[in-house]
Amino acid sequence: MTLVLNRIDDRLIHGQVVVGWGQPLDIRFIVLVDDEVAASEWEQELYRMGVPPEMDVYFLNVSKAIAELPRLREDSRQGILLTGDIDTMRRLVEAGGITSVNLGGIHHRTGRTQRLRYVFLNNDEEGALRDIATLGVSVSAQDVPGARPIPLDDILAGVAG
Amino acid sequence: MSDRVPADSATARAIVAGHGEFASGLVSAVDVITGRGNQLIPVAVPGLCAEDIEKLIRARMDESGVKVIFTDLQAGSCTMAARRILRGADDAVLIAGVNLPTLLDFVFADQMPVIDAARHAAERGRGAITVLGAAGGVKHA
Repeated sequence: MTLVLNRIDDRLIHGQVVVGWGQPLDIRFIVLVDDEVAASEWEQELYRMGVPPEMDVYFLNVSKAIAELPRLREDSRQGILLTGDIDTMRRLVEAGGITSVNLGGIHHRTGRTQRLRYVFLNNDEEGALRDIATLGVSVSAQDVPGARPIPLDDILAGVAG
Repeated sequence: MSDRVPADSATARAIVAGHGEFASGLVSAVDVITGRGNQLIPVAVPGLCAEDIEKLIRARMDESGVKVIFTDLQAGSCTMAARRILRGADDAVLIAGVNLPTLLDFVFADQMPVIDAARHAAERGRGAITVLGAAGGVKHA
Protein backbone atom coordinates (compact mmCIF):
# COMPACT_ATOMS: atom_id res chain seq x y z
CA MET A 1 0.00 0.00 0.00
CA THR A 2 1.04 3.58 -0.43
CA LEU A 3 -0.31 7.07 -0.91
CA VAL A 4 -3.76 6.28 -2.27
CA LEU A 5 -4.97 9.86 -2.69
CA ASN A 6 -3.11 12.97 -3.79
CA ARG A 7 -5.45 15.77 -2.75
CA ILE A 8 -5.52 19.55 -3.12
CA ASP A 9 -7.73 21.07 -0.42
CA ASP A 10 -7.36 24.57 0.96
CA ARG A 11 -8.94 23.52 4.25
CA LEU A 12 -6.14 20.94 4.63
CA ILE A 13 -7.11 18.54 7.43
CA HIS A 14 -10.86 18.67 8.02
CA GLY A 15 -13.93 16.44 8.15
CA GLN A 16 -14.00 15.36 4.50
CA VAL A 17 -10.36 14.33 4.60
CA VAL A 18 -10.21 12.64 7.99
CA VAL A 19 -13.66 11.06 8.02
CA GLY A 20 -15.07 11.23 4.48
CA TRP A 21 -11.99 9.71 2.80
CA GLY A 22 -10.08 8.55 5.84
CA GLN A 23 -12.55 5.94 7.05
CA PRO A 24 -13.47 4.16 3.79
CA LEU A 25 -9.86 4.12 2.59
CA ASP A 26 -8.55 3.04 6.01
CA ILE A 27 -6.12 5.93 5.98
CA ARG A 28 -3.41 5.62 8.63
CA PHE A 29 -1.23 8.60 7.75
CA ILE A 30 -1.43 11.99 6.09
CA VAL A 31 1.53 13.71 4.45
CA LEU A 32 0.66 17.39 4.70
CA VAL A 33 2.90 19.46 2.45
CA ASP A 34 2.75 23.16 3.15
CA ASP A 35 5.70 25.49 3.69
CA GLU A 36 3.84 27.68 6.16
CA VAL A 37 2.48 24.85 8.30
CA ALA A 38 5.84 23.07 8.23
CA ALA A 39 7.40 26.16 9.79
CA SER A 40 4.88 26.53 12.62
CA GLU A 41 4.65 24.24 15.63
CA TRP A 42 1.34 25.84 16.58
CA GLU A 43 -0.22 25.14 13.17
CA GLN A 44 1.00 21.56 13.32
CA GLU A 45 -0.54 21.05 16.74
CA LEU A 46 -3.79 22.54 15.46
CA TYR A 47 -4.02 19.99 12.66
CA ARG A 48 -2.70 17.11 14.72
CA MET A 49 -5.53 17.54 17.20
CA GLY A 50 -7.98 17.11 14.33
CA VAL A 51 -7.04 13.53 13.57
CA PRO A 52 -7.76 10.36 15.53
CA PRO A 53 -4.88 8.82 17.52
CA GLU A 54 -4.42 5.94 15.07
CA MET A 55 -3.65 8.36 12.23
CA ASP A 56 -0.18 9.89 11.87
CA VAL A 57 0.43 13.26 10.27
CA TYR A 58 3.77 14.20 8.73
CA PHE A 59 4.33 17.91 8.16
CA LEU A 60 6.80 18.67 5.40
CA ASN A 61 7.82 21.68 3.35
CA VAL A 62 7.99 21.19 -0.41
CA SER A 63 11.69 20.50 -0.71
CA LYS A 64 11.68 18.03 2.15
CA ALA A 65 8.57 16.36 0.73
CA ILE A 66 10.25 15.84 -2.63
CA ALA A 67 13.12 14.13 -0.82
CA GLU A 68 10.92 12.07 1.49
CA LEU A 69 8.07 11.00 -0.80
CA PRO A 70 9.84 7.99 -2.36
CA ARG A 71 10.35 6.56 1.12
CA LEU A 72 6.81 7.42 2.26
CA ARG A 73 5.40 5.62 -0.77
CA GLU A 74 7.01 2.44 0.55
CA ASP A 75 4.97 2.65 3.75
CA SER A 76 2.92 -0.49 4.29
CA ARG A 77 -0.06 1.58 5.44
CA GLN A 78 -2.43 3.64 3.30
CA GLY A 79 -1.93 7.38 3.29
CA ILE A 80 -3.06 10.66 1.78
CA LEU A 81 -0.76 13.26 0.26
CA LEU A 82 -2.35 16.63 0.97
CA THR A 83 -1.56 20.16 -0.20
CA GLY A 84 -3.46 23.36 0.43
CA ASP A 85 -2.86 24.89 -2.98
CA ILE A 86 -2.44 23.87 -6.60
CA ASP A 87 1.07 25.22 -7.08
CA THR A 88 2.44 23.08 -4.26
CA MET A 89 0.92 19.98 -5.83
CA ARG A 90 2.31 21.00 -9.22
CA ARG A 91 5.82 21.11 -7.74
CA LEU A 92 5.36 17.66 -6.23
CA VAL A 93 4.04 16.30 -9.53
CA GLU A 94 7.07 17.69 -11.36
CA ALA A 95 9.28 15.72 -8.98
CA GLY A 96 7.63 12.50 -10.21
CA GLY A 97 5.75 9.57 -8.76
CA ILE A 98 2.23 11.02 -8.90
CA THR A 99 -0.21 9.66 -11.49
CA SER A 100 -3.48 11.20 -10.31
CA VAL A 101 -4.56 14.33 -8.48
CA ASN A 102 -7.80 14.87 -6.61
CA LEU A 103 -9.12 18.42 -6.52
CA GLY A 104 -10.99 18.37 -3.23
CA GLY A 105 -11.67 21.98 -2.38
CA ILE A 106 -10.43 25.34 -3.60
CA HIS A 107 -12.90 27.81 -2.19
CA HIS A 108 -14.02 31.34 -2.96
CA ARG A 109 -11.47 34.11 -2.87
CA THR A 110 -11.24 37.45 -4.66
CA GLY A 111 -10.04 36.96 -8.23
CA ARG A 112 -11.27 33.40 -8.51
CA THR A 113 -14.13 32.24 -10.74
CA GLN A 114 -16.49 29.51 -9.60
CA ARG A 115 -16.11 26.26 -11.56
CA LEU A 116 -17.86 23.85 -9.22
CA ARG A 117 -19.64 24.13 -5.89
CA TYR A 118 -16.31 23.60 -4.17
CA VAL A 119 -13.83 24.71 -6.83
CA PHE A 120 -13.00 28.34 -7.55
CA LEU A 121 -9.97 29.12 -9.72
CA ASN A 122 -7.98 32.12 -10.92
CA ASN A 123 -6.03 32.14 -14.19
CA ASP A 124 -2.73 31.11 -12.60
CA GLU A 125 -4.39 28.19 -10.84
CA GLU A 126 -6.03 27.04 -14.08
CA GLY A 127 -2.62 27.18 -15.73
CA ALA A 128 -1.05 25.15 -12.94
CA LEU A 129 -3.74 22.50 -13.29
CA ARG A 130 -3.13 22.34 -17.05
CA ASP A 131 0.59 21.98 -16.33
CA ILE A 132 -0.15 19.02 -14.07
CA ALA A 133 -2.32 17.38 -16.74
CA THR A 134 0.32 18.00 -19.40
CA LEU A 135 2.69 15.85 -17.34
CA GLY A 136 0.39 12.90 -17.93
CA VAL A 137 -1.35 13.10 -14.58
CA SER A 138 -5.08 12.44 -14.31
CA VAL A 139 -6.76 15.42 -12.62
CA SER A 140 -10.33 15.31 -11.41
CA ALA A 141 -12.49 17.05 -8.84
CA GLN A 142 -14.28 15.00 -6.21
CA ASP A 143 -14.98 16.34 -2.74
CA VAL A 144 -16.11 13.07 -1.14
CA PRO A 145 -15.86 9.40 -2.21
CA GLY A 146 -19.55 9.11 -3.05
CA ALA A 147 -19.46 12.01 -5.49
CA ARG A 148 -18.88 11.63 -9.22
CA PRO A 149 -15.29 12.49 -10.20
CA ILE A 150 -15.29 15.40 -12.66
CA PRO A 151 -12.41 15.45 -15.16
CA LEU A 152 -10.31 18.59 -15.47
CA ASP A 153 -11.40 19.21 -19.06
CA ASP A 154 -15.03 19.33 -17.96
CA ILE A 155 -14.24 21.65 -15.08
CA LEU A 156 -12.36 24.12 -17.27
CA ALA A 157 -14.83 23.86 -20.14
CA GLY A 158 -17.58 24.86 -17.76
CA VAL A 159 -19.66 21.82 -18.62
CA ALA A 160 -19.50 20.32 -15.14
CA GLY A 161 -22.29 20.89 -12.66
CA MET B 1 -38.33 28.50 13.75
CA SER B 2 -40.26 30.93 11.61
CA ASP B 3 -42.41 32.15 14.52
CA ARG B 4 -39.44 32.45 16.82
CA VAL B 5 -37.25 35.43 17.50
CA PRO B 6 -33.72 34.78 16.22
CA ALA B 7 -30.70 35.43 18.39
CA ASP B 8 -29.53 39.01 18.73
CA SER B 9 -26.89 40.68 20.85
CA ALA B 10 -29.29 40.86 23.79
CA THR B 11 -30.16 37.17 23.86
CA ALA B 12 -27.20 35.41 22.23
CA ARG B 13 -24.91 33.39 24.51
CA ALA B 14 -23.15 31.09 22.04
CA ILE B 15 -22.39 30.32 18.41
CA VAL B 16 -23.12 26.89 16.94
CA ALA B 17 -21.12 26.09 13.79
CA GLY B 18 -20.72 22.98 11.68
CA HIS B 19 -21.07 21.13 8.41
CA GLY B 20 -24.05 21.53 6.11
CA GLU B 21 -27.18 22.58 7.99
CA PHE B 22 -26.01 21.01 11.24
CA ALA B 23 -26.09 24.29 13.17
CA SER B 24 -29.50 25.52 12.07
CA GLY B 25 -30.94 22.03 12.55
CA LEU B 26 -29.61 21.74 16.07
CA VAL B 27 -30.69 25.25 17.02
CA SER B 28 -34.11 24.55 15.55
CA ALA B 29 -34.37 21.43 17.71
CA VAL B 30 -33.38 23.40 20.82
CA ASP B 31 -36.05 25.95 20.01
CA VAL B 32 -38.77 23.37 19.44
CA ILE B 33 -37.99 21.74 22.78
CA THR B 34 -37.34 24.80 24.94
CA GLY B 35 -38.26 28.00 23.10
CA ARG B 36 -34.75 29.19 23.96
CA GLY B 37 -33.16 28.91 20.54
CA ASN B 38 -32.54 32.64 20.51
CA GLN B 39 -29.57 32.08 22.83
CA LEU B 40 -27.75 30.38 19.96
CA ILE B 41 -26.44 31.80 16.70
CA PRO B 42 -26.25 29.10 13.99
CA VAL B 43 -23.40 29.47 11.51
CA ALA B 44 -23.13 27.53 8.23
CA VAL B 45 -20.03 27.76 6.05
CA PRO B 46 -20.85 26.35 2.60
CA GLY B 47 -18.20 26.96 -0.04
CA LEU B 48 -15.94 29.04 2.19
CA CYS B 49 -12.18 28.71 2.45
CA ALA B 50 -10.62 28.32 5.89
CA GLU B 51 -9.75 32.01 6.04
CA ASP B 52 -13.32 33.09 5.30
CA ILE B 53 -14.75 30.62 7.82
CA GLU B 54 -12.56 32.23 10.46
CA LYS B 55 -13.66 35.72 9.37
CA LEU B 56 -17.33 34.73 9.47
CA ILE B 57 -17.20 33.21 12.95
CA ARG B 58 -15.13 36.12 14.23
CA ALA B 59 -17.65 38.57 12.80
CA ARG B 60 -20.54 36.78 14.49
CA MET B 61 -18.64 36.87 17.79
CA ASP B 62 -17.87 40.56 17.44
CA GLU B 63 -21.46 41.44 16.54
CA SER B 64 -22.96 39.50 19.40
CA GLY B 65 -20.23 39.62 22.03
CA VAL B 66 -20.50 35.88 22.70
CA LYS B 67 -17.55 33.99 24.13
CA VAL B 68 -18.73 30.42 23.60
CA ILE B 69 -18.46 28.42 20.37
CA PHE B 70 -19.96 24.97 19.87
CA THR B 71 -18.78 23.00 16.81
CA ASP B 72 -19.76 19.63 15.41
CA LEU B 73 -16.52 17.78 14.74
CA GLN B 74 -13.04 17.99 16.21
CA ALA B 75 -11.46 17.63 12.76
CA GLY B 76 -13.87 20.04 11.13
CA SER B 77 -12.91 23.32 9.54
CA CYS B 78 -15.20 25.27 11.88
CA THR B 79 -13.32 23.79 14.83
CA MET B 80 -10.00 24.69 13.23
CA ALA B 81 -11.22 28.24 12.64
CA ALA B 82 -12.52 28.55 16.20
CA ARG B 83 -9.23 27.35 17.61
CA ARG B 84 -7.42 30.04 15.65
CA ILE B 85 -9.84 32.68 16.93
CA LEU B 86 -9.50 31.52 20.52
CA ARG B 87 -5.72 31.30 20.38
CA GLY B 88 -4.45 33.19 23.41
CA ALA B 89 -7.96 34.11 24.56
CA ASP B 90 -8.57 33.21 28.19
CA ASP B 91 -12.12 34.55 28.32
CA ALA B 92 -13.65 32.30 25.64
CA VAL B 93 -14.23 28.58 25.19
CA LEU B 94 -14.71 26.10 22.35
CA ILE B 95 -16.72 22.89 22.75
CA ALA B 96 -16.13 20.50 19.82
CA GLY B 97 -18.43 17.54 19.22
CA VAL B 98 -21.61 19.25 20.41
CA ASN B 99 -24.89 17.35 20.58
CA LEU B 100 -28.47 18.23 21.40
CA PRO B 101 -28.30 17.32 25.12
CA THR B 102 -25.30 19.64 25.45
CA LEU B 103 -27.21 22.58 24.05
CA LEU B 104 -30.34 21.83 26.05
CA ASP B 105 -28.32 21.94 29.25
CA PHE B 106 -26.59 25.12 28.13
CA VAL B 107 -29.72 27.13 27.36
CA PHE B 108 -31.22 26.32 30.75
CA ALA B 109 -28.02 27.22 32.59
CA ASP B 110 -28.55 30.92 32.01
CA GLN B 111 -27.94 31.87 35.62
CA MET B 112 -24.39 30.55 35.51
CA PRO B 113 -21.40 32.45 34.10
CA VAL B 114 -21.47 31.53 30.44
CA ILE B 115 -18.09 29.78 30.35
CA ASP B 116 -19.07 27.65 33.35
CA ALA B 117 -22.40 26.90 31.70
CA ALA B 118 -20.62 25.71 28.56
CA ARG B 119 -18.30 23.42 30.50
CA HIS B 120 -21.20 22.03 32.52
CA ALA B 121 -23.21 21.44 29.36
CA ALA B 122 -20.30 19.63 27.71
CA GLU B 123 -20.16 17.19 30.58
CA ARG B 124 -23.91 16.66 30.39
CA GLY B 125 -23.70 16.04 26.65
CA ARG B 126 -20.81 13.63 27.04
CA GLY B 127 -22.84 11.51 29.42
CA ALA B 128 -26.04 11.65 27.41
CA ILE B 129 -25.15 9.03 24.82
CA THR B 130 -26.94 5.82 25.69
CA VAL B 131 -26.82 2.43 24.01
CA LEU B 132 -30.03 0.42 24.23
CA GLY B 133 -30.78 -3.18 23.32
CA ALA B 134 -28.62 -6.01 21.93
CA ALA B 135 -28.19 -7.60 25.36
CA GLY B 136 -26.63 -6.14 28.42
CA GLY B 137 -29.37 -3.65 29.25
CA VAL B 138 -28.77 0.09 29.28
CA LYS B 139 -25.20 1.20 28.77
CA HIS B 140 -23.86 4.68 28.97
CA ALA B 141 -21.05 5.50 26.54
